[in-house]
Amino acid sequence: MSIFWSIVVALVILANIIGCYYLIKWVSKPNKGEVKQGEETGHVWDGDLTELNNPMPMWWLYMFYISIVWALLYLLLYPGLANYSGLLGWTSDKEYTEEVADADAIYGPIFSQYAETPIIKLSKNEEANLVGQRLFVNYCSQCHGSDAGGSRGFPNLTDNDWIWGGKPSDIRHTILNGRTASMPAWESVLKPLQIDYLADYLVSLTGREHKATDAVRGKRIFASYCAACHKADATGNSLLGAPNLADKVWLYGASRKKIIESITKGRTGHMPANKDFLGEDKVHILAAYVYSLSNE
Amino acid sequence: MSSIIYNDTVVRQFSIMTVVWGIVGMLVGVIIAAQLVWPALNFDVSWLTYSRLRPLHTNAVIFAFGGSGLMATSLYVVQRTCQARLFGTKLASFVFWGWTLVIVLAAITLPAGLSQGGEYAELIWPIDLLIAVVWISYAIIFFGTIMKRKTPHIYVANWFFGAFIIAVAVLHIVRSLAIPVSLTESYPIYAGATDAMVQWWYGHNAVGFFLTAGFLGMMYYFVPKQAERPIYSYRLSIVHFWSLISIYMWAGPHHLHYTALPDWIQSVGVAFSIVLLAPSWGGMINGIMTLSGAWQKLRHDPILKFLIVSLSFYGMSTFEGPMMAIKSVNALSHYTEWTIAHVHSGALGWVAMITIGSLYYLIPKLFGQKDMYSMKLVETHFWVATIGIVLYVTSMWIAGVMQGLMWGAINDDGTLTYSFVESLLRMNPFYFIRFLGGAMFLGGMFIMAYNLYKTTENAKPSDVVVPQSA
Repeated sequence: MSIFWSIVVALVILANIIGCYYLIKWVSKPNKGEVKQGEETGHVWDGDLTELNNPMPMWWLYMFYISIVWALLYLLLYPGLANYSGLLGWTSDKEYTEEVADADAIYGPIFSQYAETPIIKLSKNEEANLVGQRLFVNYCSQCHGSDAGGSRGFPNLTDNDWIWGGKPSDIRHTILNGRTASMPAWESVLKPLQIDYLADYLVSLTGREHKATDAVRGKRIFASYCAACHKADATGNSLLGAPNLADKVWLYGASRKKIIESITKGRTGHMPANKDFLGEDKVHILAAYVYSLSNE
Repeated sequence: MSSIIYNDTVVRQFSIMTVVWGIVGMLVGVIIAAQLVWPALNFDVSWLTYSRLRPLHTNAVIFAFGGSGLMATSLYVVQRTCQARLFGTKLASFVFWGWTLVIVLAAITLPAGLSQGGEYAELIWPIDLLIAVVWISYAIIFFGTIMKRKTPHIYVANWFFGAFIIAVAVLHIVRSLAIPVSLTESYPIYAGATDAMVQWWYGHNAVGFFLTAGFLGMMYYFVPKQAERPIYSYRLSIVHFWSLISIYMWAGPHHLHYTALPDWIQSVGVAFSIVLLAPSWGGMINGIMTLSGAWQKLRHDPILKFLIVSLSFYGMSTFEGPMMAIKSVNALSHYTEWTIAHVHSGALGWVAMITIGSLYYLIPKLFGQKDMYSMKLVETHFWVATIGIVLYVTSMWIAGVMQGLMWGAINDDGTLTYSFVESLLRMNPFYFIRFLGGAMFLGGMFIMAYNLYKTTENAKPSDVVVPQSA
């Protein structure tokens, strides 16, 4: 804000607050020839509506004065009058930074004590797992569920099926840096009939009911379009985050209809990075906790 | 000289629609309250979901119920206290039908998911334009009547109605400035934190001018009329009027504490919110002290009970509001059910109760009757509504404080003690009590509708002649 506008804004604020005081003083003054206190002013509306000439209650006036003084003091101490920063030098940014620093000083050691423990060993540490569970419920349960069981579009973390790899270092990497999986939409490349064949092939992989001839056709299409990521045997590639399609775990739904939808429209999965948000120490504990869920 | 009669047609129309819209708006409120207890009640139908019905509820109770009530009473009061027939008979008719059309369009577009997204400013731009035209017409008939008044002074109720009409016009137009991209879509001309500030400057003053100043106008006519006592203090009227309308304009930033809004604007919001307490209480004091010398009437007069209880809730909410605007209190209360408790102690306790009381005074007069069909039913309505509010507000207070404490609770290792879902589970019994309280308040409105029907069943609209001498 320019100095000009800063001064204008500050003056208008002060004028309004202090103006209330002068309004009270001005209205309190007796007018020439006015009726006695407690009597009707002489104005009449609608037959019988009148007003009494009573003073404003003292307790109410004091309340008003106190609030005016309080407001002025507040605006003196804290930033409020435009560019003026207040006597205390307080800013919300400073308060936040200090609070975070204080919290890190108190809680930091609780998390850092486990930093050197390898994840597999840490995953058997009951105390660390309790901390890990609390972190998980705070930060991960919104998508993966309180029991880490996942839901459509958000992987189950308690089974042994890992899209991006289930080694301790993989899990840690996933939480720390996030993951973005992108399955392209095939509707502009493949005809609906071809997608239909593909679905038959995929359904056949888990031994479900399918048209055998269509599945054979689908397998050929799979080899040309899908195998690059999902591998020739459809078991997936954790380096690319391409899921195993030969098992019973289906992130976006196992039904034929959902499979066709996934191929036609594509899918985008996004796991956010937590490096800057939680820091390495907390992520380390979280990784151990998540690892413990499927490796008891 | 042939005698001129007051234009009570538009008053009658708005009065009846106030009761109708009250039932509709509160019914939607009870439905969404039930959905919070039993989420399956949206039946997986998009237009029955909470997100679509919630803005319908707020728009219906504020602008349809509250708005019709304000228009009915202001257009009655301005004629009686100016001793003049309403300016512009055809324009008055347009105001009624235009406003009703706005409400019907809102009831169609909001469940359909058409929304601009700003709270209390959801309606899409073509409806916003219609509102602006209707509102300016409303201003013309109101101030036109003030201009042709036969009384030397402007009555205090009209100061408040006048401020409400002017401020709402400014608020509505500034908040709704947008660039249309299709018939149903538009983008606001503001961006980011500026848009948020404009939104809550609008939102808070919708409370300040629509739900406070307007209803204070109502209070200043119907309380002295029903109590048959003079207004307590002319001086108090002047001071609290000017301080209220000037201070309110600044308090909006307290809706955006601990956000990206610059620190200094947040502080301004705190300072003005605290100063706002005394001007707000000025109205309560003037109303309640008007009754001094007539307290015995409270025992037998259920209408007066409505009016006095409404003033008590007004005083309570306007104390609570400034407290919640203090940052350290806000840190606990913000985003919790406490806000819902605060809003409804104002909306049900103050706005609805003063409207209901005023209508019970007004309706018999509009239909040439001495009283409502049954004063016993008015008394019943009073108790059902009051108990309903108490259940509603206390359950949400407890729920809100509990939420705030649960969200802020931390373990020894600095992690949060409760997940969001855990706090939600604890809300369930309180949501049920709130649902009961809301249902009771709605039940009271049905009693009122029946009483209204019986009162007007065999009555004819009455023509009242404008007295020629003061």
